[in-house]
Amino acid sequence: MQNWPLFEIFLRSKNGLSHKHVGSLHAADADMAITNARDVYTRRKEGVSIWVVESKHITASNPEESESMFDPAEDKVYRHPTFYVLPDELEQM
Amino acid sequence: MGEIISLKRESLLKYVLQLADNALILGQRLAELCGHGPILEQDIAITNISLDLIGEARILYQYAAEIEGNGKTEDDYPYKRDVRDWQNILLVELPNGHFGYTIMRQFMFDCYHYYHLKAMTNSGDERLAQIAAKTIKEATYHLKYSSEWVIRLGDGTQESHDKMQEALNDRIRFFDEAFIPSKIENDKSLNGVAVDCTKIKASAWAKFTEVCQTANLEIPEVKFPQKGGKDGVHTEHFGFILAELQFVQKSYPDSNW
Amino acid sequence: MTEIQSLEKRFQDRIDAEERIEPRDWMPEKYRKTLIRQISQHAHSEVVGMLPEGNWITRAPNLRRKLGLIAKVQDEAGHGLYLYSACETLGISRDEVLDQLHTGKAKYSSIFNYPTLTWADIGAIGWLVDGAAILNQVPLCRCSYGPYARAMVRVCKEESFHQRQGYEIMLTLANGTPEQKEMAQDAINRWWWPSLMMFGPNDSESTHSAQSMAWRIKRFSNDELRQRMVDMIKPQTDILGLTLPDPEIKWNEERGAHDFGEIDWDEFWSVVKGDGPCNKERLAARVKAHEEGQWVRDAALAYAEKQEVRKASDGKTKVA
Repeated sequence: MQNWPLFEIFLRSKNGLSHKHVGSLHAADADMAITNARDVYTRRKEGVSIWVVESKHITASNPEESESMFDPAEDKVYRHPTFYVLPDELEQM
Repeated sequence: MGEIISLKRESLLKYVLQLADNALILGQRLAELCGHGPILEQDIAITNISLDLIGEARILYQYAAEIEGNGKTEDDYPYKRDVRDWQNILLVELPNGHFGYTIMRQFMFDCYHYYHLKAMTNSGDERLAQIAAKTIKEATYHLKYSSEWVIRLGDGTQESHDKMQEALNDRIRFFDEAFIPSKIENDKSLNGVAVDCTKIKASAWAKFTEVCQTANLEIPEVKFPQKGGKDGVHTEHFGFILAELQFVQKSYPDSNW
Repeated sequence: MTEIQSLEKRFQDRIDAEERIEPRDWMPEKYRKTLIRQISQHAHSEVVGMLPEGNWITRAPNLRRKLGLIAKVQDEAGHGLYLYSACETLGISRDEVLDQLHTGKAKYSSIFNYPTLTWADIGAIGWLVDGAAILNQVPLCRCSYGPYARAMVRVCKEESFHQRQGYEIMLTLANGTPEQKEMAQDAINRWWWPSLMMFGPNDSESTHSAQSMAWRIKRFSNDELRQRMVDMIKPQTDILGLTLPDPEIKWNEERGAHDFGEIDWDEFWSVVKGDGPCNKERLAARVKAHEEGQWVRDAALAYAEKQEVRKASDGKTKVA
């Protein structure tokens, strides 16, 4: 018979923060993935909320397209506040 | 008056030890599985339950030592008593068997443990009420965990169903001991302190029945429930548990570890 | 340059620039294979490593020690799990790597083929074996392969209590009765050399080292790490008032390090090749757990599938 599917585990370490990927594990279904994640990834109180996603449902960008995907953002300095010149006497903005 | 107080103390001590013994022996049994579980994820889950239970036992033994107040420590009770002084129910000392047996034993215990702790949060003994309030969070999770596994295995494959039915058939006669009061649980001096275990029986059985039904398991009729553990009359397995548990302390008495 | 050569060059440039390689990035097949071998061996070591210590859980001498030991052995299961997951990002399933272990094709750390005889062995393992493991593992947190490095960060964070736990056990024994002190010394005598063997063969004999260093899978050589181990453990042994079973250990002022004796390499290679005292038992225990768990894993999956079908048909009736 086949393997239990792989799930990706995301934890919210405390309220106010977003969920963050912490690793993966095997479970027969999503409910079991939650309890397994509780037992495996929150033994030291690392989380207050768990998300699980079966790994096969994640669609990832293609690293071979990284240059065209992400490099064009590099020189768009006008998106950052320091691009704009302000007079010295203005102390805060 | 002084005599009444000391009588009550004696009874309270025995009662606390009964609770502690249940948690410790089941924790010890589950710990045997560490490294031998059916899959790593469940190895970790089972050892978590083991840690919870041994942790619970430890708090209770500490309380017992305080009640005695004669310099005993949490370790004197688990490491220095012989078979007849232990008051745990027989269910928790039964061998792990295949995973179906382990889960069935856990589920039966959790049905009792959860409702027992729930009632104990109202104990007239403040300390016991506090301990219950803390441990019921763990017991709630244990009950969810074991219920889910009973259902999963009962309603899984034909093989797993048969194995669970086998475990249920063999173990059901050990379920009711938890709800048959021992002398200590009936002790008048513990009125309002000890949980009336006859009163939690209905809720525990309701949960038990509901989960077994969902799992397609048939609960056999119990003609003669096994009991005696609460009075120190154990199964033959128990001496071997103690042989392991106490081996180091028995070989090198009164050393620090 | 052929296409593959230029890919390899770009790959090496990224490594040299300390960039991390992620699962879907292009990588040389040999890099992938090397990682699979190393990460799976590492995972197997964690899981097989549960056995020698696990068998003392039921005999731990007090409740505090029992809880600590269970938590430690449980962590090892967790570490095995993190590492198997890292391995899976390289395109090999956990079942496949487990199969390699169970059929004897894969190796694991030889140290776990030695028996634990007394409670002091639990102290010695925590202190020496976990001590050696930490020296090996900390540099792996900066390994060029992202998922491995991240798993190791987690492992190292959790493992920091293991060595302290072991040392505390040793310290208690060393300060205990004469019998306890003797027990502690005996454990050091039996575990010291196998712990030094954990760093692998001498650099001159190590076949995979150079390439692994170039790929930044490995950052320090076997002999460098072994030297660090000796330098770390010697003063800790002195504090215990115990000794290491090596008459040649002494401080070398010139090198600023300890000199030490030669490992029994015959023993090393014999245990690696499967002739250690417990190789067969360890493997048999893992195979047994896996085989006896088969029906459980199958049942859980069958139940999950039934639930899927039930949900789907529930959905349909609702829509209708």
